[in-house]
Amino acid sequence: MSIVSVHKQGDHSSSQSENLLEIKNLKTYYPVKGGFLKRTIGNVKAVDNISFEIKKGETLGLVGESGCGKSTAGRTILRLLKPTEGQILFDGKDITRVSGKSLREIRKNMQMVFQDPYASLNPMQMIGDIIAEPIYNFSKKSMADLKMEVMGLLEKVGLPPDAYYKYAHEFSGGQRQRIGIARALALKPKLIIADEPVSALDVSVQSQVLNLLKDLQEEFDLTFLFIAHDLSVVKHMSDRIGVMYLGNMVEVSNKDSLYANPLHPYTQALISAIPTPDPRVKKERIILKGDVPSPINPPTGCTFHPRCPMAMEECSRSKPVLKEVKPSHRVACHLY
Amino acid sequence: MSTKKELHKEAPLLEVKNLQTAFDIDGTDYNAVDNVSFKVKPGQIVGIVGESGCGKSVMSLSIIRLLPKESGKIKLGEVIFDGLNLEKMSESQINKIRGKDVSMIFQEPMTSLNPVFTIGYQLQEVLFNHLKITKQEARLKSIALLKSVGISRPEKLIDEYPHQLSGGMRQRVMIAIAIACQPKLLIADEPTTALDVTVQAQILELLKEIQAANDMSVILITHDLGVIAEMCDEVMVMYAGRIIEHTDVDTLFHNPKHPYTSLLLGAIPKMDGQAERLSSIKGIVPSLINMPAEGCRFANRCPKVMTECTTITPLLQDVGQGHEVACLLFETSRPKEGVRK
Repeated sequence: MSIVSVHKQGDHSSSQSENLLEIKNLKTYYPVKGGFLKRTIGNVKAVDNISFEIKKGETLGLVGESGCGKSTAGRTILRLLKPTEGQILFDGKDITRVSGKSLREIRKNMQMVFQDPYASLNPMQMIGDIIAEPIYNFSKKSMADLKMEVMGLLEKVGLPPDAYYKYAHEFSGGQRQRIGIARALALKPKLIIADEPVSALDVSVQSQVLNLLKDLQEEFDLTFLFIAHDLSVVKHMSDRIGVMYLGNMVEVSNKDSLYANPLHPYTQALISAIPTPDPRVKKERIILKGDVPSPINPPTGCTFHPRCPMAMEECSRSKPVLKEVKPSHRVACHLY
Repeated sequence: MSTKKELHKEAPLLEVKNLQTAFDIDGTDYNAVDNVSFKVKPGQIVGIVGESGCGKSVMSLSIIRLLPKESGKIKLGEVIFDGLNLEKMSESQINKIRGKDVSMIFQEPMTSLNPVFTIGYQLQEVLFNHLKITKQEARLKSIALLKSVGISRPEKLIDEYPHQLSGGMRQRVMIAIAIACQPKLLIADEPTTALDVTVQAQILELLKEIQAANDMSVILITHDLGVIAEMCDEVMVMYAGRIIEHTDVDTLFHNPKHPYTSLLLGAIPKMDGQAERLSSIKGIVPSLINMPAEGCRFANRCPKVMTECTTITPLLQDVGQGHEVACLLFETSRPKEGVRK
């Protein structure tokens, strides 16, 4: 192959081959029904115009406080929820409007690990069947092959083979989360969306699961969208991090730049609010006033301005857009 | 009264001696809290840290005798508060202390307020129970209390119901109720676990302010080592119903002695560290029913386990400068007689 053609090919498909997932101006609204005829009287703007991309083999962390729309974003990408507007490009294909058979086909490549390991496993099903179900749905394997594969998966996530014949209630929270991970891995997906996978677990068990996820990522060349509210967990897991506030992406950056030099006042407050597990570290706290406003009727302009210590007049009038202010560091704030 | 208080100034405000709390499961007693002893001095913030199921909440409920009557009972031990033995008191006697001298904040601000009464009613209930106060005064005092916990529109909020408030606001109301009678001891059981980080920071700041202003003692129960580091003077680490390490906060984070404490500290992802792997503790905490009868309860997960760990129960003993550890790696933890069963 000549140099020219290599160059041309790379040039042509650079955005496609690099980015496994690309989100453009995604909006997900939940309608609020009310009145006598149950008409839609308003919208909960859970995700309000977010854009980001995830490169192959990368982990993007999505952080924010409860109600900021991070889980809704994850579920919309998987098409478990219907996007109101915007575009979801997975592996170069637009999957925003696909349905039926082709959606099923796409879902093979994107799987989810859920937050609550107590609620996400069917209590009436054997663990072996829970993990085999996705494989069974998509391939015509013999029962013997299927069992072999499930046994392999159990070993990969560090569970004993006899877990195959047990039920969810016989396992602890950490072990259940391993089962959830095995089920997500069963179809060898390209992308795994992990929605608060460790927030229900104790510290010592949490570290086991985080280590497991990292090992699996290396072994299977997985791409992660890692959703969590705990900034230190997100930092540990991610290459790049997106910070969400009230349905908006306020800052996207690689992790070192984000933690060393947070630009958005909300990110600054969020990072300063985390208690440091070291009594010798004394840091300046930025204490935000008030609570997160309701996403039904978000503040005008920048949604953060009523709580922002740096708010200017402009902030209540126009909504800032996400723009690159430093290499690979984007922020949506009028200060920049 | 004042002379009595001065006499007690040096003495601990709260002393728990060999407390053992058991739950009756199918006719057998299982010890959720096993032989726990500690002291809380006036004006001190003592942290209790441990994973879920380690008995930290059961212990705090035992102190003010709020355990469910049908199943939980205090089998052994004494709780001495301000010279009074709480375990020997009648129900009406202890009711005079609960909410007045000792009060408690619970984890779930969503469920610890009564949904059918207004915020004002729930605040005034405490005042009417413990103080001789008129309706008018109670209302004014409640408004002042709400203001002191950082609520911006207390005159309106007093007539609202809990469901109209956010989680952080409810926890502020809970704190206002808890400090209404200026207690000497506040037990805060995971006060910020259900809250977001930015709200958690507000509440922790508030607790610190109130503690300093009233010179109150606080027992802060949490699973979050970060919260412990920011708030406490002394820390106790609990594992499976026992205290395994007790020291001041600086020593705990910079010179932990018990293998469990070291592993726990290594398991938290650090904001400034670059560690690729977290230290993890294999296995899980044994459940109450499967708890080993003798030996160290951490033995089956401990990387430094020795053969005698499963047969000798280590004692919580001072290893120097008031640093107490219960681990057989330290000679002091071996029982004096050295009887092996």
